[in-house]
Amino acid sequence: MSTSGFVQEKDMREGWNRPPVMKPDGEGELLEVAMGPHHPSTHGVFRMDVALDGERVIRLKPVFGYLHRNHEKIAEGMSYLGSMPFTDRLDYLCPLTNNWAYALAVEKLTGQEVPERAEYLRVILGELTRVQNHASSIGFLIQEMGASGTPLMYAFKAREKILDLFEELTGARMMCNYMRFGGCRVDASAAWLDATRKVVAGLPGFVDEFERLLRTNEILMARTQGVGILRPELAVNAGVTGPMLRASGVNYDIRKVGGYGVYNRFKFRVPLGDHWDVYDRYMIRMLEMRESIKILEQALKDIPGGPVMDAKAKLRGFRPKPGEAYGRIESPKGELGFYLISDGGPNPYRYRVRPPSLINLTILEDMCLGQNVADVVLIFGSVDIILGEVDR
Amino acid sequence: MEEIKAAIEAAVPGAGVEIVVNPSVSGQHSLRLRPGDSVSGAVAVAKFLRDDPELALDFLSNVTGVDWPDKEIAEKVKVTRTVTKTVEGVEQAVEETVEETRKRVEPGCLEAVYHLFSVAKGHGPVVLRIKTENRTDQVELPSLTPVWRSAEFQEREIFDLYGIVFTGHPDLRRLLMWEGFKDHPMRRDYVEPDDFEYEPTAHDEVLKRAMAHQAKQKAAETVAGAADAGAGAEGTGVGA
Repeated sequence: MSTSGFVQEKDMREGWNRPPVMKPDGEGELLEVAMGPHHPSTHGVFRMDVALDGERVIRLKPVFGYLHRNHEKIAEGMSYLGSMPFTDRLDYLCPLTNNWAYALAVEKLTGQEVPERAEYLRVILGELTRVQNHASSIGFLIQEMGASGTPLMYAFKAREKILDLFEELTGARMMCNYMRFGGCRVDASAAWLDATRKVVAGLPGFVDEFERLLRTNEILMARTQGVGILRPELAVNAGVTGPMLRASGVNYDIRKVGGYGVYNRFKFRVPLGDHWDVYDRYMIRMLEMRESIKILEQALKDIPGGPVMDAKAKLRGFRPKPGEAYGRIESPKGELGFYLISDGGPNPYRYRVRPPSLINLTILEDMCLGQNVADVVLIFGSVDIILGEVDR
Repeated sequence: MEEIKAAIEAAVPGAGVEIVVNPSVSGQHSLRLRPGDSVSGAVAVAKFLRDDPELALDFLSNVTGVDWPDKEIAEKVKVTRTVTKTVEGVEQAVEETVEETRKRVEPGCLEAVYHLFSVAKGHGPVVLRIKTENRTDQVELPSLTPVWRSAEFQEREIFDLYGIVFTGHPDLRRLLMWEGFKDHPMRRDYVEPDDFEYEPTAHDEVLKRAMAHQAKQKAAETVAGAADAGAGAEGTGVGA
């Protein structure tokens, strides 16, 4: 039957399509507030036009585009490889997974093979990216609850070590530009792998400490439990992906179902939420970090030798045959997809990024209606967005 | 692919579906709904794809637009015509075959592409495409937001950047560009407007453009000023 245990209830489908229209309780006027574009909680430049009845949210309209630079148009005007550095700037917390998704889409288009070692390196770098992204996103979430500074610095302590590894391997902490079509740019040295093993060995201790610091905190529980509930039917219908979807109890992880990379060789579990609220989203990220550490340990143990680049890969004069391909990966934020159409020329005819951050925001209004305005900040934080990817 | 096509045609009578073959190795072929399908027709197909227990395509992942501008195709055609020639001093009508190059304009269109997956079954992608009639005045397509909520912002983005008007969309506004913006920047023939205030920089090329722009503006202002002084005519003259 169903592989994920998820079956949509038939009568639920239609009603969830629009956010309900709320009526104010008392008399008096609604207060309309523009939260953003310069608001500390918006992680950048993003605006929410909120209508309030007292403290209750009656209406919420997200406003996008402050960081729009038409990434897709830029990429259509340059060579395939030329837009690889630009993908770093989409979700600038996870440059390596962006590289991976783009490389995967092009490899689907051309049918290039990726050597074993490069696949393992991609998994290692992807999971390191996931750990540091989840750690800092939890840190930001706690900061938005008012715990200014300290928890975020704990998260950054682990992130710093991982970014040092990125810098050693790729030359840059955040703008890595590391993956290529058919492999990776440079090979990892034995010393780098040893350093990575050392960092990974320290990660479980960090997660334990980080979790203990926050898990039994009464304020955190009171503010996040039962807040911002997202029902699984709506989550699937609205295309929500990543930790958000799994916190709503839907078992859908592209590492398991998408069949990309070498994820089928590793043993790991997919944590699922039970209460569908902000607390679940935060706990799912904690648990996913633990699963990522498991994958990292296995990958670092099994990594084979050999080349990291397909010997037949062409870097100059790269012209895929006409056709199209959609490649997607499980990025830390959700499903990151690239859709490419080639007309046989040196640059893509159509280049499209499917940004998980933007599509996860589709149901922001549904989650916030009826909540207090202070909780909007938390619910928004639990979506975990990066504006560079939302606006592109 | 054929099975899905047959299933759609059995379930939704009158739905015109054709298979678009993808020549690349990715093997992701797509289904095209015939242009001119009524709104209810496309939505009925989408509802069938979502609700059918076998397909169960409950997860619409990616929606995007593609612009196919008018294409001029040069063809070589063999033409036979009668020519009057003088053969051996006698004027005769002779049939002659000449090769001619004719130009034919293939009308362009805008296209919306939908990538569907199934969360319940774990399969996908099924690619759905719908074409508009042309690129200028008949750019309406049925919105699939009533079927999949995830289309809401993505269809707004297509409306913004490509100018496809989705009928039945609950809230069709620009998403990324600002209100009052006129054009659709992702179209292939989009030209950047020349109304920016260029900052003079050390780069020669930019400086040249800036100076040319400023001179143009100044000339326009003088013209507008003269007109204002003369008859009180309106017009700011910017970009004239």
